[in-house]
Amino acid sequence: MTSDAAITVRDLRKSYGAIEAVRGVDLEIARGEVYALLGPNGAGKTTAVEILEGHRERDGGEVSVLGHDPARREHAFRERIGIVLQTTGVEPYLKVAEAIEQYRGYYPHPRPLDEIIELVGLSGQRDQRVRKLSGGQQRRLDVAIALAGDPELLFLDEPTTGFDPAARRQAWDMVRNLRSSGATVLLTTHYMDEAEHLADRVGVIVNGAIVAEGSPAELMALSAAATVSFRLPEGHAAILDGIEGVRGDGHGGYELRADSPTELLHELTSRALAAGSELDELRVERPTLEDVYLGLTSGADREADTEARP
Amino acid sequence: MTGARLLLRQLRYERLAFMRNPAAAFFTFFFPLIFLVIFNLIFGNEPIQLEGGETNTSTFYIPAIAAFSVINACYTGLAMSISFAREQGQLQRIAGTPLPKGSYLGAKILFMTVIGMLLVVVVTAFGLVFYSVDVPSGTLPAFLLSLVVGAAAFAALGLATTAFIPNAEAAPAVVNAIILPLLFISDVFIPLRDGAPIWLGLAGDVFPVKHLSIALQSAFDPFEQGSGLRLENLAVIAAWGIAGAIVAVRRFRWEPSR
Repeated sequence: MTSDAAITVRDLRKSYGAIEAVRGVDLEIARGEVYALLGPNGAGKTTAVEILEGHRERDGGEVSVLGHDPARREHAFRERIGIVLQTTGVEPYLKVAEAIEQYRGYYPHPRPLDEIIELVGLSGQRDQRVRKLSGGQQRRLDVAIALAGDPELLFLDEPTTGFDPAARRQAWDMVRNLRSSGATVLLTTHYMDEAEHLADRVGVIVNGAIVAEGSPAELMALSAAATVSFRLPEGHAAILDGIEGVRGDGHGGYELRADSPTELLHELTSRALAAGSELDELRVERPTLEDVYLGLTSGADREADTEARP
Repeated sequence: MTGARLLLRQLRYERLAFMRNPAAAFFTFFFPLIFLVIFNLIFGNEPIQLEGGETNTSTFYIPAIAAFSVINACYTGLAMSISFAREQGQLQRIAGTPLPKGSYLGAKILFMTVIGMLLVVVVTAFGLVFYSVDVPSGTLPAFLLSLVVGAAAFAALGLATTAFIPNAEAAPAVVNAIILPLLFISDVFIPLRDGAPIWLGLAGDVFPVKHLSIALQSAFDPFEQGSGLRLENLAVIAAWGIAGAIVAVRRFRWEPSR
């Protein structure tokens, strides 16, 4: 266990009856890091995070969060963390500033009220009743309340689920602001682009286990292949003779995957030049995190299906 | 002491939330008054002879409605308010903060107790002004003590009941299904007729509602010569309260059902 780790988890396990929701998760999150736990619904990410928050008891494994075992529900532990749950709940008849002030009172060293309101972008709604806030504003109030105690570690459970694109962008800006203030953030999401934009590192969780982990760039490198696509005029297909793996669409469009696209492009372009052909619409595309994610999760789903069969 | 300080601070937010919803606040206070008025319309406010002198039937209604007021705030009101707060995720959010859980629940209980007491004051004052109710003075300590014991016990039972309420939509149904029949068999709204089945009366004796009604009646009797204190009834109420507290401690849930 390294001293600069905010969260260390070894072989975390949790079952609900016969269903194994979390089956052997290992995690190591450094202080100041923004870590995204990415996975489809029902993958076990909320269960895992609730155990780290101290909301749920684990069946097995070692967990250290800021040096505390969350299962012991220590007062000192709660003073150092902030939690944004999926199910929101603030007294609907309080004003925004009152609600944040209520929670600030629970902590020994609260963050200044104005600073919090500014950070989450609710300056214009300060004196508005909680029940009159829009969905996106309520979510920002959730974050504001989680920040009330100036936490060293913030849990964000699906912070932008159900948001329109503009509200998501605002929420992302907010998380970036948090990171620049030095807090460690553990967020769960099922949006690839969210993980890609916000996280230093991403763990992909499927069926209760982490199937891949790394920076967004590292994850993309997992599927090294690039896709090269182009069009050839009719009758020029002969230049492709001897190149393996070419898929044609029958209308002059061609696509092939390459682990080393430089070499392939060199081969293609020199052949085209020699034959006087033009490679129309020539494109080289790197996989997106979404492609990697879909590859990882669909594989795991198949595995789960096989397991489920008697 | 920090827990107590946080409890008092928490009261401020309970009060704010209550007062910001004027319709709910108004009807909370209006509700017991409706009963007082209806009783007078249905049964009249006849002079009645009692051992020791003459009074009117309204003087009988007041302690019954006082019992109803305390139960309405501390049992029904508390159980519903907690069920709604739990459904909205408010309880789970609180559970994730350093606020001691006792301070949070204590503030809710204390606030509802204060509301219950205010209801009793309002009902009594209304009876005094409009129905010439005789308000006893010598038995006032017994009356107040009975109210406090009742408030505490019914709050504990209210907390215990929330453990059996699956979600907010079910809260009114569950709470009313428990408390309304009890109010009817406990001589609060109407006395049991002479020919009523014996088991019905016995059922009333088992549960705490009738005991609170009796304790308050005794302490509101204008011709009561002693303290008016009914320790045996208060003991039954307290026993129920302790049982409720034990169930509440063991079964109380902070997470909404999903």
